[in-house]
Amino acid sequence: MKHLLSAQDLTRDEAILLLDTAAQMAATQSREIKKLPTLRGRTVVNLFFEDSTRTRISFETAAKRLSADVINFSAKGSSVSKGESLKDTALTLHAMGADAVVVRHWASGAPHQLAHAGWLDAAVLNAGDGTHQHPTQALLDAFTIRRHLAGGTGDLAGLRVAIVGDVLHSRVARSNVHLLRTLGADVTLVSPPTLLPVGVETWPCATSYDLDATLADWKPDAVMMLRVQRERMSGGAGAFFPSALEYSRRYGLDHRRLAVLPDHTIVMHPGPMNRGLEISAQAADSDRSVIVEQVANGVAVRMAALYLLLAGGSSAEGTSI
Amino acid sequence: MPAYVIRNVRPLGGDAVDVVLDGGVVAAVGADVEAPAGAVEIDGTGHVLLPGLVDLHTHLREPGREDAETVESGTRAAAAGGFTAVHAMANTSPVADTAGVVEQVWRLGQEAGWVDVHPVGAVTVGLGGDRLAELGAMADSKARVRVFSDDGKCVHDPVLMRRALEYVKAFDGVVAQHAQEPRLTEGAQMHEGVVSAEIGLAGWPAVAEEAIIARDVLLAEHVGSRLHVCHLSTRGSVEIVRWAKARGIDVTAEVTPHHLILTDENARGYDPTFKVNPPLRTADDVEAVREGLADGTIDIVATDHAPHPLEDKDCEWAAAAFGMTGLETALSVVQAAMVDTGRMTWADVARVLSTNPARIGRIDAAHGRPIAVGEPANLVLVDPAATRVVDGAAQQTASANTPFRGRELPGRVVATFLRGRATVLDGSPVAAA
Ligand SMILES: [Zn+2]
Repeated sequence: MKHLLSAQDLTRDEAILLLDTAAQMAATQSREIKKLPTLRGRTVVNLFFEDSTRTRISFETAAKRLSADVINFSAKGSSVSKGESLKDTALTLHAMGADAVVVRHWASGAPHQLAHAGWLDAAVLNAGDGTHQHPTQALLDAFTIRRHLAGGTGDLAGLRVAIVGDVLHSRVARSNVHLLRTLGADVTLVSPPTLLPVGVETWPCATSYDLDATLADWKPDAVMMLRVQRERMSGGAGAFFPSALEYSRRYGLDHRRLAVLPDHTIVMHPGPMNRGLEISAQAADSDRSVIVEQVANGVAVRMAALYLLLAGGSSAEGTSI
Repeated sequence: MPAYVIRNVRPLGGDAVDVVLDGGVVAAVGADVEAPAGAVEIDGTGHVLLPGLVDLHTHLREPGREDAETVESGTRAAAAGGFTAVHAMANTSPVADTAGVVEQVWRLGQEAGWVDVHPVGAVTVGLGGDRLAELGAMADSKARVRVFSDDGKCVHDPVLMRRALEYVKAFDGVVAQHAQEPRLTEGAQMHEGVVSAEIGLAGWPAVAEEAIIARDVLLAEHVGSRLHVCHLSTRGSVEIVRWAKARGIDVTAEVTPHHLILTDENARGYDPTFKVNPPLRTADDVEAVREGLADGTIDIVATDHAPHPLEDKDCEWAAAAFGMTGLETALSVVQAAMVDTGRMTWADVARVLSTNPARIGRIDAAHGRPIAVGEPANLVLVDPAATRVVDGAAQQTASANTPFRGRELPGRVVATFLRGRATVLDGSPVAAA
């Protein structure tokens, strides 16, 4: 595999190799000296067309801990006011000799175009594109679930994961549905009908409009809350739900719903959270919450992805994805 | 201008005859006809002769976007594609919403000389959707506008649409509606369905087209007007038009070549060449528009030729312009989708690409005529056995945004004649002397 564009592209073996490699990376991170020499002399460009300090820092930390040279390239531009074109940016990075490009973009498909338009021959790592995919987020979520609920090895066979919230606009949901299924988990998407995409019926998961029923009857092993953007309820006649209050009443994870969950069930959130909207402070800070750990696991997973894309074919262990 | 004798050719795909073009008209049709002195002989063996094609829906971009296309380049492309008349859409800059602009486009067409250019007039001032443009002035101008459209935008206000439908009756005009409910399609990028859900592009639902068509056929019935539906693209739209026709409503409908052959699956690679409005739909919709075209529910094929400069397509899908070129591939696509599949004859092709569009545009005194002695010699000679691989850069249009790039298509335009003058010979455009 030359690029990491979509969690949907990963086979079960590739996904498990990524998770196993991430586990090795995580182990090195408890050492006093965290830096590995693996990617010395390689250049990783963080190309961000959309602001996301936390994702950029996570990738930057991962690349630096592998001793890569890191260039942060913030290319502002929206569909309204276009900045430098994607093509010109790609040609510039090509001229700079980038080995890997970590790209975050507001437009779905932009990483796919970077990888396949012939502008660039670097490895392309999708760090979130529009409402399409965010594969390293899905990998770090799977990694976190595996650690807590599957003994830290193998796949996620038989585990139940509820993904709750704005599925329509969520690249996190799209990535997780496919990766979790590939790893053998069962997924139920819980969302108001307005925030489920038309066409979701072909996805490898169940759907529900009723969070209480899903929690009480289905007894998920992990509950993943999605961020709800406040702009989704402003839009007047086009709003997706009537009010923040109604949303959190019907779809928010609060202490009452927390109490219904089986004892082992973990609570997840990709961040940044809207406390009091999709998740209450009690839920976010409870013992079940693995939200802070997700952030730490993000670095290990991104180290694994960069390592396997850039050094995988030539490594001593002979690993290759 | 020499006379031409086309030997052993099959008019409308029928029995082989010789056809003589002289003095701008069809001078003889029959077996072993006598060639006039100095006539150019063309071997038509195996070829089909059709009335010159008529496009009811062409974006020539001039005035305003001469970087994408000019009247000269666009009409040269039209001739190369077998057309002898095109209707130039009004969404230029300035908008074709006054007698002055439509006369300018009409004059540019005359000067270029490749095809007859019939400007379409905007329904509303500046395509703003707020108030009627001076439709009568455009109708009375030298351009003699009969087709009115805000294409690119939908006349979505129901009262305004009603008034437009009524008003154009005074000069036998027709409103050609771009059916797109604007609120249901804000930010829309592609057909809303299985593929959009998966690849994360904002959906353009079929109902946004169908709801407007349903409203408009009922309005047309209420006020007794004729209505033309542009680039219909869904099964539901076909069913609504079929229902309306059965009810006696005076509605005509068009489908584009690309909606006859491409689907939303083509969006998966995020190549903006496949971004078009209305969007490519599902395979089931393709089947429905093919059925509708074959059974006459859909009256015509119109190209919606929409040239764009490279930079408007060489970018992110969401930032790219909607539209694809079509003049030089339309006939081949119709052959592939309808003739080679056994759904239509060449006589049917003449009906949907010439006779019917000429009638809807009220240019049927000159175009879409039978191939008979005394008729204007507006004709296209087609070799259906030829194949070619489409190369956007090699086309006559100034823009390369063809979705058929690299694809092998059947059929080749060998020659096109406009009032007896060859605008295309041996597949190449021939400039007027
Ligand atoms: Zn249109």
